[in-house]
Amino acid sequence: MPSKTAPESTRTPPQSADRPAPRRPRRHLFPYLILAPAVILELLIHIVPMATGFWMSFVELTKFFIRRWTEAPFAGLENFQIAIDLNTPVGQEFLNSFLVTLAFTALVVGISWTLGMAAAVALQRPFRGRGVFRTLFLIPYALPLYASVITWNFMLQRDTGAVNHFLVNQLGILDSAPFWLIGDNAFISVVVVAIWRMWPFAFLMFMAGLQSIPGELYEASAMDGATPMRQWRSVTLPMLAPVNQTMLLVMFLWVFNDFNTPYVLFGTAQPPAGDLISFHIYNSSFLSWDFGVGSAMSVLLLLFLLAVSLVYLYFTQWKKEKNNA
Amino acid sequence: MRRRTLLTAAPLAAAGMAGLAACGSGSGGSNESPDSLTYWASNQGTSLENDKEILTPVLERFTEETGIAVDLEVIGWADLQTRIQTAITSGQGPDVVNIGNTWGVSLQATGGLLDLGDEQFEALGGRDRYVPAALATGGAVDTDPTSIPLYGLAYGMYYNVQMFADAGIEPPTTWEEMVEAAKALTDEDAGVYGMSLAAGSYTENNHFAFINATQNGASLNTEDGKPSFTEDGVVDGIMRYLDLMQEHKVVNPSNAQFDNGTKSVTSFANGEAALIINQNNAHATIESNGMSADQFAAIPFPAPADAVDDCASHLAGINLAIMKDTENVDGALQFLNFMTSEESQAELGEPFASLPVLVDGEPTFTDDTEQADMFMEIYGERAEPLPLVPWEDQFETSVGQAMNTMFATIATGGTVTRDDVVVAMQTAQDSIRA
Repeated sequence: MPSKTAPESTRTPPQSADRPAPRRPRRHLFPYLILAPAVILELLIHIVPMATGFWMSFVELTKFFIRRWTEAPFAGLENFQIAIDLNTPVGQEFLNSFLVTLAFTALVVGISWTLGMAAAVALQRPFRGRGVFRTLFLIPYALPLYASVITWNFMLQRDTGAVNHFLVNQLGILDSAPFWLIGDNAFISVVVVAIWRMWPFAFLMFMAGLQSIPGELYEASAMDGATPMRQWRSVTLPMLAPVNQTMLLVMFLWVFNDFNTPYVLFGTAQPPAGDLISFHIYNSSFLSWDFGVGSAMSVLLLLFLLAVSLVYLYFTQWKKEKNNA
Repeated sequence: MRRRTLLTAAPLAAAGMAGLAACGSGSGGSNESPDSLTYWASNQGTSLENDKEILTPVLERFTEETGIAVDLEVIGWADLQTRIQTAITSGQGPDVVNIGNTWGVSLQATGGLLDLGDEQFEALGGRDRYVPAALATGGAVDTDPTSIPLYGLAYGMYYNVQMFADAGIEPPTTWEEMVEAAKALTDEDAGVYGMSLAAGSYTENNHFAFINATQNGASLNTEDGKPSFTEDGVVDGIMRYLDLMQEHKVVNPSNAQFDNGTKSVTSFANGEAALIINQNNAHATIESNGMSADQFAAIPFPAPADAVDDCASHLAGINLAIMKDTENVDGALQFLNFMTSEESQAELGEPFASLPVLVDGEPTFTDDTEQADMFMEIYGERAEPLPLVPWEDQFETSVGQAMNTMFATIATGGTVTRDDVVVAMQTAQDSIRA
């Protein structure tokens, strides 16, 4: 097979003796320069505090050492033992807080998902006034958190709150005004407020996901006699699977870690029924000045969330790969 | 490539850690910035803005006298403790700070406040200028204090003069008379109750656990400084206080949601309650809520007729401390001296309704000399300090929160028995790492 090669002179330009050697290409440096600010900020904002918190969980960082915290004595696993020892009030309250948070997360994620899906499907087809509904539904998500939750706090007051005024004085559903921010009802209140804040996020994500489903699929399934419910189950849900998968994980992590809602809703009068875990850890650290135990609780929370995330991703990815195979 | 990224990251992380470590390693005060001071004041007036208005002319006078500029920040009670913790940890904070005097020993234990020894007290005009019991709140027994008293406060029981006159009832002198009067003045249908309590405030509740226990002759700490919350006198004292809502029903159950004292003051000023127990700075708040000075009066918070002790208040108040990381120690000492001078005490005592902390000080918070004398008597003779131990702050949160929960149980229709109180106090005691 004849080969065509360029003459030697055209392939290699003649090099004069005084010409400098070509510089090494610098293009490899550029991506790192672009990434550098993000990497530095990531380190400062996430990695360094996380590493510091991890270190704090192994030292006896009480009020006696907060000024000289680098000298705090090594405590080994003692902080972790205190956090999970169910024979002590600290351990029992931590477990109670964990269980309350699990129930809170299941309800908030489940109900927000259902509401978000229902609203997104209801607004999937164009109709007059659709934009108004979309805007209306997104308002809770757009409002500043503090302002909206403090408004709920006012609304849920026993004597002067709008909720009791509505339920007792206007509708007459209840004979006497219940408490919403203390006692067992505190759990209902924090769940309702968290759902109110969270469901528009699910709605927004589903709405975006639904845009990418071709209308032909619905037309074809309708031709085959599929009912709207069957269409939702066999077309909408499978097509939304990638959105759904990510969103459920993100919602779970956000809701489980929710600090702001109980903090603003209950203030310092934290009821046991609304003792969510992030709030509990904050109180364990800042009110009792025991940052070692507080950090140990944080590390346990981190490990739990990490484990749940890994198991979730393993199964969802595994399922996906199995389907692709 | 991953390895290179990690290798790049490692020195950065190390530098970050070193930087953070440097923050907490200050060794003590200096005089590097002799011309300025940063001062964190607590909220003593009717609002943060009101505090600023009151303090600014006083601080300007200090600047005129010394040439030291003062950068003032007034911080609300909800944030003050966390801000101080952060300042101590980072070494970045004010030069001088107001603290609740019950935090005196806990904050001393952090090592973040400047020790005030003989040399410092010489600059302050001597230890004997201050009311001894008030000065004792500045540190643990037999140690140099780390704070000095600035404003004195004491609890009193405020009553609605007209309501008592209309019912023909004399102001009570014993706990039993107080309960009877409160029952007589309670009219649930009209929305009026005999008393209003800040029953959802752990900071208020823990004070009444202490005062009622002291009236019973019980102590919250053992002689060797360990917590003893389950003593009979402590449990009975807490039960007595809870029963105002539970058994006697003279407190609106809604008060279980009152998470600060101002809410009970408002309730009192609106005519929804005939009695409240508040510190003497409530004078200003009651008047700002619409009552005139002749419509209310204060009496000592009464003890039961057979009480062991006639304690009517804990020794409340605000202390002033210098941060150990200050860069103007001399200026800070001058500032402490200035703020506790007779002139400043008289000037600030009126708007902040505080009691003088100087042995020869005169109260200026009211023109009513009888009322002033009564509060001075409570402060000087019928007030005891909260436990002067490093875990005092944990007592406040653990016992105070437990009482919040018990009031919530009562308010929502549940029952709190004496055994429940014992369990709650044992739990609170076990949670303290003394």
